[in-house]
Amino acid sequence: MSCDQCREREAVIHLTQIVNDQVTTLHLCEKCAAEKGVDSPGAHAKTPLGTLIGAMGNPDQAPAPRSSDVCLRCGGTFQDFRESGRLGCPDCYRSFEAPLRDLLRRLHGSTHHLGERYAERVPAAAVVVDHEQAADLREQLRLAVETENFELAAELRDRLRVLE
Amino acid sequence: MIDLSLLTDGGVGWLDASGPASHLVLSTRIRLARNLTGHVFQGRNSETEREEILGSVEDAARESVLLSRATRFRLDRLDRLDRQLLHERHLVSKELAGLEPDGRVRSGASVLVQERIGVMLNEEDHLRIQGLHSGFALDETYAEVDRLDAELGQRLAFAFHPEFGYLTSCPTNVGTGLRASVLIHLPGLVLTKEINKVLHGLAQVGLTHRGLYGEGSEVVGQFFQLSNQTTLGSSERELLDHLGKMVRQVMDYEEQARQVLLRDAATVIEDKVWRAYGLLRYARSLSFEEAMNLLSPVRLGVGVGLIADVAMYTLNKLLIYTQPAHLAVAEGVAPDDADLPLRRARFVRKVLESEVGRRG
Repeated sequence: MSCDQCREREAVIHLTQIVNDQVTTLHLCEKCAAEKGVDSPGAHAKTPLGTLIGAMGNPDQAPAPRSSDVCLRCGGTFQDFRESGRLGCPDCYRSFEAPLRDLLRRLHGSTHHLGERYAERVPAAAVVVDHEQAADLREQLRLAVETENFELAAELRDRLRVLE
Repeated sequence: MIDLSLLTDGGVGWLDASGPASHLVLSTRIRLARNLTGHVFQGRNSETEREEILGSVEDAARESVLLSRATRFRLDRLDRLDRQLLHERHLVSKELAGLEPDGRVRSGASVLVQERIGVMLNEEDHLRIQGLHSGFALDETYAEVDRLDAELGQRLAFAFHPEFGYLTSCPTNVGTGLRASVLIHLPGLVLTKEINKVLHGLAQVGLTHRGLYGEGSEVVGQFFQLSNQTTLGSSERELLDHLGKMVRQVMDYEEQARQVLLRDAATVIEDKVWRAYGLLRYARSLSFEEAMNLLSPVRLGVGVGLIADVAMYTLNKLLIYTQPAHLAVAEGVAPDDADLPLRRARFVRKVLESEVGRRG
């Protein structure tokens, strides 16, 4: 297959982009790919995250922030994650569940952990974890009610119910 | 100055070349990334919180079997030379040791070590449980790391999500949190120019390669760290089996490449091997990089039986003890001492001289 850009050299990089739910695939030779700012597969492997987060839609066109765009636990935003590549706390995985699930699928080809399960290995510890999380949620719920953020309070109450 | 003799094997048991396939594989390393519930991740936490994490992990370690006699190094209380020493021994990452170009040591940055296993603390994740073995030993290394994970997990509350598994600061590590790497010497594939094809093939099957010191390091001396890229969607066993299978295939390719070289280019290879040996035996000044690049053909020569009187263990020792911090400490000088290349050459000569006639 020849390169989509120069139509001369052999295409070695096949770039699939998903922007606003539109899937496009570009076939490029190494030289044209470099000119377009796409690294070779080796370079991708070194920083898969940067490329993938970058591909998760243009931040300028992203929908207006919703309450779920901030992690209630640590105050980190999804934008912080885009910039640093690091999440703020374990709860960020719940706060940003939908976009993260998408990212995990791209990074690992799956979202389902199939390895050792902590709760099964350490049943006593799992109970402690749930207790701690529940206490944490109750505190957040109290604050939400105090500040009359009833939408958030309802969400927290639901999560607490699931946990308990 | 820290006293590494506190560690039962000096923290270098992994380079004794006693493990399986040690003529090709220097070492096997496995780490598990773990975080504690009730604490935000390292990037957002405070000094106080890092102290709390350190305290609770140390308590758990004391009550454990595998780390009950662990030696602790607080990197934030060590000077740069000591931190570099620990990094050169592959006991801590460059990031934790604060050796990155713009890096500083984070408060609370520590490592616990007991023989072949240990835990890095307050790294990118709260805990990085790690094991390091000589040679190609994925199963043995994982068995120990897994036991330590279970022991610590009983005393600490690890962050775990029913769908995503063990939660990590960076989503590239989530799930099993497992990264296994095999440090392998591939001069045959480099000399036959097959190496890029092999590395490209490995990338296609979900494996990645790095240099001698892991993430972000350059490939020197034809040493490659091969490791799994993904951590989610496969069990620990599957990840290890896949890596093991691929490494065995790379080992076969390397052996084949060596046979081809000896068959089709015997004199070229012999010349390369003995020329490198000659330089190491008689040179009066050696940079670390030059020493590494000369040790590589000598290692190949020992591996294919051209050089008889040098042991693999000696070459492994030279690899570690000619590094800047190790050499500076042994010689009692600063790591930027202008005479270090002269001292390095003298050290290498002395070690190789003492080997002559020992095995030949």
